[in-house]
Amino acid sequence: MSTVAPERAFPHRHLLSLDGYSREDVTQILDTAEAFFEVSRRAVRKVPTLRGKTVLHLFYEDSTRTRTSFELAAKRLSADTLNLSVKTSSVKKGESLNDTCRTLGAMHPDIVVIRHGASGAPHYVAEKMDARVVNAGDGMHAHPTQALLDAFTIRRKKGTLEGLKVAILGDIAHSRVARSGCRLLRLFGCDVTVVGPRTLVPKHFAEAFDVKVEDRLEPALEGADVVMALRIQRERLAEALLPSLREYSRIFGLDGKRLKLAKEDAIVMHPGPMNRGVEIQPDVADGAQSVILDQVEAGVATRMAVLYVLHGQGSEAS
Amino acid sequence: MRELMDAEAAMRTLKRVATEVVEATDGGETLAIVGIRRGGVDVAAVLANQVGAERGEPVPTGAIDIALYRDDAATALPDPKIGPSSIPFDVDGRDVLIVDDVLQTGRTIRAAIECLLDYGRPRRIWLAVLLDRGGRELPIAADFVGKKVDVPKKARIDVRLATDESPLGAFVEEKVSG
Repeated sequence: MSTVAPERAFPHRHLLSLDGYSREDVTQILDTAEAFFEVSRRAVRKVPTLRGKTVLHLFYEDSTRTRTSFELAAKRLSADTLNLSVKTSSVKKGESLNDTCRTLGAMHPDIVVIRHGASGAPHYVAEKMDARVVNAGDGMHAHPTQALLDAFTIRRKKGTLEGLKVAILGDIAHSRVARSGCRLLRLFGCDVTVVGPRTLVPKHFAEAFDVKVEDRLEPALEGADVVMALRIQRERLAEALLPSLREYSRIFGLDGKRLKLAKEDAIVMHPGPMNRGVEIQPDVADGAQSVILDQVEAGVATRMAVLYVLHGQGSEAS
Repeated sequence: MRELMDAEAAMRTLKRVATEVVEATDGGETLAIVGIRRGGVDVAAVLANQVGAERGEPVPTGAIDIALYRDDAATALPDPKIGPSSIPFDVDGRDVLIVDDVLQTGRTIRAAIECLLDYGRPRRIWLAVLLDRGGRELPIAADFVGKKVDVPKKARIDVRLATDESPLGAFVEEKVSG
């Protein structure tokens, strides 16, 4: 429990995706998150670090756990938080993203956390606004804080990220979690295999992310240290690409029997929310190897670390 | 570079401070010791040893990191030298002794007090420092002072405790930089 993050100025202004992030950058965030993990277990679960700063949460897509996790992270750092969800905002009345940026920019938020259905929306916002921008998930592109909290969870459970064998199962095509996860895990030399029905694995995924692709679960699971099941995204019409959910579950669902192929001490992850009985069976989701709730707890500490390393950036640059 | 206090003197000093602490806290029954990362942690360890010997049973010891409580956290570049704080005991109703190596502006101590209060409500918070160099910017005073030293305002003081060979040795050096 004596991890001390290296003394080093964080070199990025935004967290839009993990592109351009180095191993050192990721390690700095994870080490910082260790300190915040401890804060979450105190009598008073709050530190005054971001007092007087404003964090704006801009959610164009429904989200429960990511939004609450970010909100809790900002509040535990004593920042003022504003939440704008699409259902109640003027976006519904037809305001463009550009106008929204201009309007909100006039309120001078220090950090903007954005989730948007369109890939690249956070980049656009970063260009239009003065604030630091954190991508909380954009379209099918990236979800960097999920990858970071997954890495934090893996590192805590396995002691290291270095060279682990990781299997990622399911709807790869629609998954920003898979994209950011692969990017991060490859930075640490993990042996990553993605597996899913051909209709749900993009053609050039293997080359683009430098990972292996399998059509069958067995070779991917064999000897794995980490097994990550992804959600079948019904709202993105993943079902249209499958004969039926029952067939998917029979061939690609993670159950206790299949999990036995992985290492005995393998951990099971899921970014949530789960479709129980589809991509993951309840006995595995609630089993001894599941770290799904640890992921949720890690989310707050990791997002506190992200807000912390970004907050002072560019005070001299801007 | 000037030696302000050699190892032997540092040990003697901390032994005296330990005696004073035990006296002031009525035998030190409800005492716990918390070092401020990083300089204060080693001094706290030596002091806890001495106090433990004095009162005949080990003293609960912890460490706090004040990076998140700095009054310049919002403007300073983040240099996340944050180590997790660890307070492995209940602070409620205790006499908690905060320990640091050098006391100057008092800002670190202000932050440490705030941090400690987030763990609960101690009966009383005390402060012990090995060296007091003056130059306060806040109305803060130490209850126990090893030695008052007079050094130029910009001088840097390094306190190093040899931890491997003789865990109770200490070196204090003064470097004038810039």
